[in-house]
Amino acid sequence: MILHFQNARLIDPEAQAVEETTLTIRDGRIDAVGAEAPEGAELIDCNGKYLAPGLVDWGVKIGEPGERHKESFRSAGLAAAAGGVTTVIARPDTMPPIDTPESLEFATRRAADAPVNIRHMASLTRAREGREMVEMSFLQDAGAVAFTDGVRVVADTRLMSRCMTYARGLNALIVGHPQEPLLSKGAAATSGKFASLYGLPAVSPMAEVMGLDRDLSLVAMTGSRYHADQITVAASLPALKRAREAGLDVTAGTSIHHLTLNEFDVGDYRTFFRFTPPLRSEDDRLAIIEAVAEGVIDVIASFHTPQDEESKRLPFAEAAPGAVGLQTLLPAAMRLYHSGGLSLSQLWRAMSLNPAKRLGLEAGRVGIGAPADLVLFNPNAPFIMDRFTLLSKSKNTPFDGARMQGRVLGTWVAGRRVFGDPA
Amino acid sequence: MFRARHLLGIEPLAPAEITTLLDLAETYVDLNRRTVKHSDALAGMTQINMFFENSTRTQSSFELAGKRLGADVMNMSMQNSSVKKGETLIDTAMTLNAMHPDLLVVRHPQSGAVDLLAQKVNCAVLNAGDGRHEHPTQALLDGLTIRRAKGRLHRLTVAICGDIAHSRVARSNLFLLGKMENRLRLVGPATLMPAGARDWGCEVYEDMREGLKGADVVMMLRLQKERMDGGFIPSEREYYHRWGLDAEKLALAAPDAIVMHPGPMNRGVEIDGTIADDINRSVIQDQVEMGVAVRMAAMDLLARNLRAERGAKASEMMA
Repeated sequence: MILHFQNARLIDPEAQAVEETTLTIRDGRIDAVGAEAPEGAELIDCNGKYLAPGLVDWGVKIGEPGERHKESFRSAGLAAAAGGVTTVIARPDTMPPIDTPESLEFATRRAADAPVNIRHMASLTRAREGREMVEMSFLQDAGAVAFTDGVRVVADTRLMSRCMTYARGLNALIVGHPQEPLLSKGAAATSGKFASLYGLPAVSPMAEVMGLDRDLSLVAMTGSRYHADQITVAASLPALKRAREAGLDVTAGTSIHHLTLNEFDVGDYRTFFRFTPPLRSEDDRLAIIEAVAEGVIDVIASFHTPQDEESKRLPFAEAAPGAVGLQTLLPAAMRLYHSGGLSLSQLWRAMSLNPAKRLGLEAGRVGIGAPADLVLFNPNAPFIMDRFTLLSKSKNTPFDGARMQGRVLGTWVAGRRVFGDPA
Repeated sequence: MFRARHLLGIEPLAPAEITTLLDLAETYVDLNRRTVKHSDALAGMTQINMFFENSTRTQSSFELAGKRLGADVMNMSMQNSSVKKGETLIDTAMTLNAMHPDLLVVRHPQSGAVDLLAQKVNCAVLNAGDGRHEHPTQALLDGLTIRRAKGRLHRLTVAICGDIAHSRVARSNLFLLGKMENRLRLVGPATLMPAGARDWGCEVYEDMREGLKGADVVMMLRLQKERMDGGFIPSEREYYHRWGLDAEKLALAAPDAIVMHPGPMNRGVEIDGTIADDINRSVIQDQVEMGVAVRMAAMDLLARNLRAERGAKASEMMA
């Protein structure tokens, strides 16, 4: 089966370029770029729209096992396909957590329901309780691409250092959540004028810096591979830069919500805007965008966190944190493109190439031989977000009612169309 | 000029609305001093007091206010009710809503909880305190007390002292006194001062002597027992030494400064008993009296708006 995309503006995150060209795929892989249509190929006219490697969304919560009413692999996969996400990196913070090879095998089997690629992270400690490390080697063999306890920080520094030391021998990647857990306990907002006026339990942005400093010191000590899941404040950036200059194997991510929203969006206690870490000041938001542009922050992800209505219809500090994001990652990212903060190739470096590279996946590239995981989209198409149109089982998006731009026209996984009308 | 549907906080009110409310409250102060204290402003209406947090003073003040206006008043103590059985706030609200109350008075330990509840019911909601957010009737009664004692509610220097960080009374008073154009000072230990307080347009003092200099109004706040033991301040006696209001510190304020406290007081912790009892300085008893009048005024105004809204809806349906 051969597909030939014509008239495309192709985003190449490796070359950091966008060019008008054609792209040919054969047997699920990219066969040629800029070539004539081969004999017998199915032609797809892109009408000058943008074609890019599909998004690799690092840190997606799926409710299996335990909370299938919030999200199943099937519903998450459909939402991902509609959002141009071709690889989902699933989080282990399920009920129970993915902390044994058996539970990982279960999740892998269930993931076959999804029309997109699913890769799994495993938890770093048993039951995510921060007391004993998981069977990292077995889990790696079962397919775990990284180890993390999610937003639950391993508070026991000695255990964390042992996890890192052990992981080093396996060349395993540890994903940390930079946060000083006692300082940020119970916090629902970032401390400052706004949180104080609204009387919300709040934490200083410095709690993130403290957590990052600890983890980076441990990396220096153990030589392990480390990724900070969400860097959201400007004060974290110098430490990150220093660690890289010192040659540590460190990368960092941030969330699309922290790049597009700030603390004032919480307004009158709107619980769809409750996140962990909490939304930050506008100064921090702008600094983090710049850090993505400079490559200090490598990855942008949605941190898709489905919550049912009951978990959100509560007083702000009691409401469950997080938002769905698989289907809004691309249009939200277009806000950054249209505001001039980030170019399309910079965005695709952070949302596709870098996460794939860091996790050892082939995705995120448009070179010959790369998997034909592609998204075709129009960055300008405007729409008003209606949360009930989302394919996710949970509808908790902070963009409900927002004016957005960017529409996915088609999504292909290994050359097979998983979203959009066959044209 | 008071058009609000609910009284959820001072923040959304305009200065003219505050004045309207206080003017009406004055008339209720007079009524409350008569032998026959009845009005029929709320006749036939149902008022439900829903307290998710312990309260004796505020709850009885609201209860008395409703009864004097002729409403049928029901008290619900929510700490040991269906909430314990796992019912959510919204379900509780919907259940009550089905009983067609006209006024709902709510206190809740979470900031924003009363706002959330107000979105779900079709009666008027009065916030009787939500977490660390707002306690609007307290600020209004403080405003009325100040206006009566000082003859005006503007261009005064007001020092609010103590546990600002955890106080909804402080927040509502900051809004009200700020809107009425007063000079505001916050005085207290740094551990009990909210982050960003300096951005609120107040002066912030850790040294109480500095903070009280020339103040016209000294507003003390209650220090919660659970914050006294080492967590926020080292001890009760050290707190009293540095931030307790005694004669020596009060002497630095204006000679005719008044002393306020929302109650209940911890004598010997945040305030010296003799100052609290000094009828020349302390207006603490007046605050309690003004509390009933202000709550009557607030409920009266909300009931008028509710009737007008229902009337408009009815005539719409006729047309």
